[in-house]
Amino acid sequence: MGCDIGGIVCYLFPILVSLLLIRAAYVWYSTGKPRRRADSESVRTLIVLGSGGHTAEMLSIVNVLLKDRFAPRFYVAAATDNMSLQKARVLEDSLVQHGEPSEGKKIEASQYMQIYRSREVGQSYVTSIGTTLVAIAHAVWLVLKIRPEVIICNGPGTCIPLCVSAFLFKILGVKWSCIFYVESIARVRKLSLSGLLLYKLRMADQFVVQWPQLQKKYPRALYEGRLM
Amino acid sequence: MGGGGGDGESGRRRIVFVTVGTTCFDALVEAVDSEKVKEALWRKGFTHLLIQMGRGTYIPSKVAAEDGSIAVDYFTFSPSIADFLRSASLIISHAGSGSIFETLRLGKPLIVVVNEDLMDNHQSELAEELADQKHLFCARPQTLCEIIDAMDLESLVPYTPGDALPVAKLINNFLGFPTD
Repeated sequence: MGCDIGGIVCYLFPILVSLLLIRAAYVWYSTGKPRRRADSESVRTLIVLGSGGHTAEMLSIVNVLLKDRFAPRFYVAAATDNMSLQKARVLEDSLVQHGEPSEGKKIEASQYMQIYRSREVGQSYVTSIGTTLVAIAHAVWLVLKIRPEVIICNGPGTCIPLCVSAFLFKILGVKWSCIFYVESIARVRKLSLSGLLLYKLRMADQFVVQWPQLQKKYPRALYEGRLM
Repeated sequence: MGGGGGDGESGRRRIVFVTVGTTCFDALVEAVDSEKVKEALWRKGFTHLLIQMGRGTYIPSKVAAEDGSIAVDYFTFSPSIADFLRSASLIISHAGSGSIFETLRLGKPLIVVVNEDLMDNHQSELAEELADQKHLFCARPQTLCEIIDAMDLESLVPYTPGDALPVAKLINNFLGFPTD
């Protein structure tokens, strides 16, 4: 009996692995291909914030997105960052005051969450391996909870575990999410580590830079002018 | 005397606002507090120097307003620096993109001082690029005095603020939403 189960596992395992690989190949192939949606319902949107200018750039995008289309909105910032979520709250509160939500439709309220940081500014790349593992576990949990359809980020370290977990869930068929990466305006000549990873791993559906000279260097990136 | 403008007008406050944001940038605070830099600012017609010193440990010396030298005052943090930026005639800032763009959008003359002690110093990229485009002056703590002496505020080119709409349009297009 036990031998049989072992045999079945021996047969099933390679099949499962091949199926997963085929699925991964399909997901990578589809990433970056425009999505066609006939219905104009809303999309669950994850916005990754970060100190050092990241938040201001992200909120400038949120500011011009249709609020009942990109809803509900989930803001995530590093646990050590007290300012960013506060700034997002100020923006969201100003929307409520201006009576943005259209009548009749019940729109889920925006949520604010904190995440362990994978790497503090100045932390060495070696020790950041351990902290990154913790951050990944936390990110997996957050992405499972949020189940975002759209992720918008611009390169604080926290966006990598979030994007990687979202991409894994995409492969596993848990949730299909589109990643929009807009490299921070502070990056003129070189991509950030986060940007470089997402670019090389081809995980972002659309990869945007804010300087033409950077676009020349990374031809798969798009240049759409400056945010700030 | 050209460049600075407004020199010698009595009773007119011309404020230099120095900001290091939430960082610790003693080298900059020490540089602006040096006699050399204070004299250079005075020669350019500035009457008051206000320093937001952040988490730094170097405490500048307060100087009351009097004839013949620039008045100096400082504080650590403020929830919003917008009012300080607005009342200033010149801003000397660390290289954080937040204060750079906040200042440029107000159309105020700006000297960005790059902190060379930061490990992953990508910040100089932005300051140098914007200095190449003549939107601001870029300095190091040790070159600040020369930059102030040599600067011509008339040579600065006003900054046109960016626009997030093209990126929003790209996101909508990709998701198959109508763009309006």
